[in-house]
Amino acid sequence: MLADKDRIFTNLYGQHDWGLKGALERGTWDGTADFIKKGDGWIVDQIKASGLRGRGGAGFPTGLKWSFMPKGDDGRPHYLVVNADESEPGTCKDREIMRHDPHVLIEGCLIASFAMRAHACYIYVRGEFILERVRLQAAIDQAYEAGLVGKNACGSGWDFDIYVHHGAGAYICGEETALIESLEGKKGMPRLKPPFPANVGLYGAPSTVNNVESIAVTPTILRRGASWFAGLGTPNNVGTKLFCISGHVNNPCTVEEEMGITFRELVETHCGGVRGGWDNLKCVIPGGSSVPMIPAEQCDDLAMDFDTLRGLGSGLGTAAVIVMDKSTDVIKAIQRLSYFYKHESCGQCTPCREGTGWMWRVMTRMVEGRAEKREIDMLFDVTKQIEGHTICALGDAAAWPIQGLIKHFRHEMEERIDQFSANPDKAGSVLNVEAAQ
Amino acid sequence: MSAQKMAIEQPESFVFNAKFSELAKKRIAMYPEGKQASAVVPLLWFAQKQHDNWIPEAALRHIGDMLDMAYIRVLEVVTFYTMFNLAPVGKHFVQFCGTTPCWLNGADKIKDVCESEIGAQNTISDDGEFSWLEVECLGACVNAPMVQINDDFYEDLDEENFRQLLKDLKSGKPTKIGPQVDRINAAPCGGATTLNDKSLFDGSMLGSYKDVLKQIEQAEAEAAAISAKEAKEAEKPAPKKADEKPEASDKKPTKKATKPAKATNSTNTDAENVSDDLKPAMLSAPKGDADDLKVIKGVGPKLEGVLNGLGIYHYSQISVWNDDNIAWVDSKLQFKGRILRDGWVKQAGELAKQGDK
Repeated sequence: MLADKDRIFTNLYGQHDWGLKGALERGTWDGTADFIKKGDGWIVDQIKASGLRGRGGAGFPTGLKWSFMPKGDDGRPHYLVVNADESEPGTCKDREIMRHDPHVLIEGCLIASFAMRAHACYIYVRGEFILERVRLQAAIDQAYEAGLVGKNACGSGWDFDIYVHHGAGAYICGEETALIESLEGKKGMPRLKPPFPANVGLYGAPSTVNNVESIAVTPTILRRGASWFAGLGTPNNVGTKLFCISGHVNNPCTVEEEMGITFRELVETHCGGVRGGWDNLKCVIPGGSSVPMIPAEQCDDLAMDFDTLRGLGSGLGTAAVIVMDKSTDVIKAIQRLSYFYKHESCGQCTPCREGTGWMWRVMTRMVEGRAEKREIDMLFDVTKQIEGHTICALGDAAAWPIQGLIKHFRHEMEERIDQFSANPDKAGSVLNVEAAQ
Repeated sequence: MSAQKMAIEQPESFVFNAKFSELAKKRIAMYPEGKQASAVVPLLWFAQKQHDNWIPEAALRHIGDMLDMAYIRVLEVVTFYTMFNLAPVGKHFVQFCGTTPCWLNGADKIKDVCESEIGAQNTISDDGEFSWLEVECLGACVNAPMVQINDDFYEDLDEENFRQLLKDLKSGKPTKIGPQVDRINAAPCGGATTLNDKSLFDGSMLGSYKDVLKQIEQAEAEAAAISAKEAKEAEKPAPKKADEKPEASDKKPTKKATKPAKATNSTNTDAENVSDDLKPAMLSAPKGDADDLKVIKGVGPKLEGVLNGLGIYHYSQISVWNDDNIAWVDSKLQFKGRILRDGWVKQAGELAKQGDK
């Protein structure tokens, strides 16, 4: 288990003061100006050397992403946009940062903005997080008052403004270009890439969109040294990570742990184990609803990191671990996710707009068993036609959970169909439609 | 997305009151000049707050005028986002989360309570106190099941405490926001398993960053001294361009002997200006027939041409790239990050293996 002294988010549960005074005692804002004086290139190099990979789901190296911002000055301002539109089912980590440790995020915004030569930063908080954005705004007001942000932030000579913006309940706005569209006051529909936001982003200016957690860990990386961060976790999957464990465990919780911790250790150390004992585990969705599930057989020594999970055909995503025990109707669980994607598709690309609804309808029949076995293959085939044929990854995200289900629990789907066709009278006659009505 | 209809009975007019005009003015000032349309979502939210939790049509026009936006654009936005109510809702508007993590922990029972205590979804109870709506994940999954009532999250619900909560709201009793069971926010029930070390909170770590900074500066100085020395030595015998000779073609990608320690790596991976030290092995011509690089996801005819131009013809070449090689090739392509994103190296490895069989 990770030692307490190596934890970055020391007020994760809000037991201490979230305000500036408490944050200063916990070491936030310690030495910020000294890091800024080392120069933007130095900061980017440190973040690259730390091996930090983005915490928003894709795991792209953060330092590399920062270095994509144009070097020269062409008159356009640069922007840092922080993605706090946390809506991936299972994920509730950024929320804890914003409401209990907001200064960590604000300090990270200053450092990251300076590293990308941005004088302004917008934090896009999901609309439902009302308390969180009020808290964050209050913390920003404190920081302005103390001179930590604003003109000559922290006495570093860098002018920096930070604003809290919010959405109004659209999952798709967590996609970086949709978020930019939404921030510009339009419908949140993803843009075609290229051009990438680093060249043409918010208001047509170079912008970088980073997840809350990615930004919030950077000040501590600088304070403790890149080699400290790189020394935690497994090669290429370094550092600490906030895990949100929900579903069928005895004590669901959010906890910061070392990357590469095994699933079993994670659940047994912090969550009191799987409900009904380890052997009662059926499957787990390891990274938020968008990644395929992993069956219990593969969970015995499952390491929770980007590369291991990708190797198993799944992903770490946001590290939102959804645990399901043997009592779960796994078909229904995935059908509910299909409904989620149907509800959240922005409607821009046909394969996703039509496909998510179609998949949900077929999945609804699969829950009952009111289907034919060959339709399972057809369903799989259609998910493959949606995947990769849309502007953003929502189409992929809708397809993958179903693919995971078919891959690992096809037998259960077939059993359900057999059961249904063995007892056709129970659900009304299939053949005689009029009689059924 | 949201498939809402505007209420049939609408008020004649809508203007922001003093409090919300002030807030709106401040909000508009947060965006650069000419970009005031950015404020549309927050302003719609203000309108909803002012007007009993729903937005009348007149407010859309008012906001359109304030932000110099066409009315249709405001309508487009207001119907896209699900949090905007275009028709009246109950005094306590219950948004019930039914997505999988909540469902796993018994959201169906909460839904039953909504139906039995309040009535059908999206209808206001007879006394005007409540209405409810099933929404998608609200982002409090470790505290499932949960609902949001107006602005507040109520978490860790069960039938009993949720029924009580509704009763308390109706009778105007104060309620406890957050977990409804004995629990500190998102910490595990029974007490936090982490963050119990007192030294985290006594300020004893303040200033320790200075030692770290010193160590890094020292390491940087050493690395700079080494590379300066090597640069001097390298100047003497002029190196020939080895990779243009066909016999050198099987050379493995050059490993950098002088790569500084990870923590001090400061120069080489800059995407815009990547040193040729990191260049992977190239061929002047394909060995036999060139492989069809377009098979790799992310490579089209254009990129294939660029790669061939660089001297890359075979899957086996791509499959041995390390991070430095990737950074170098990336710097030559117009599609930054695509190599990692599409996992070219892994794909090429698999394709090369298939070819060997």
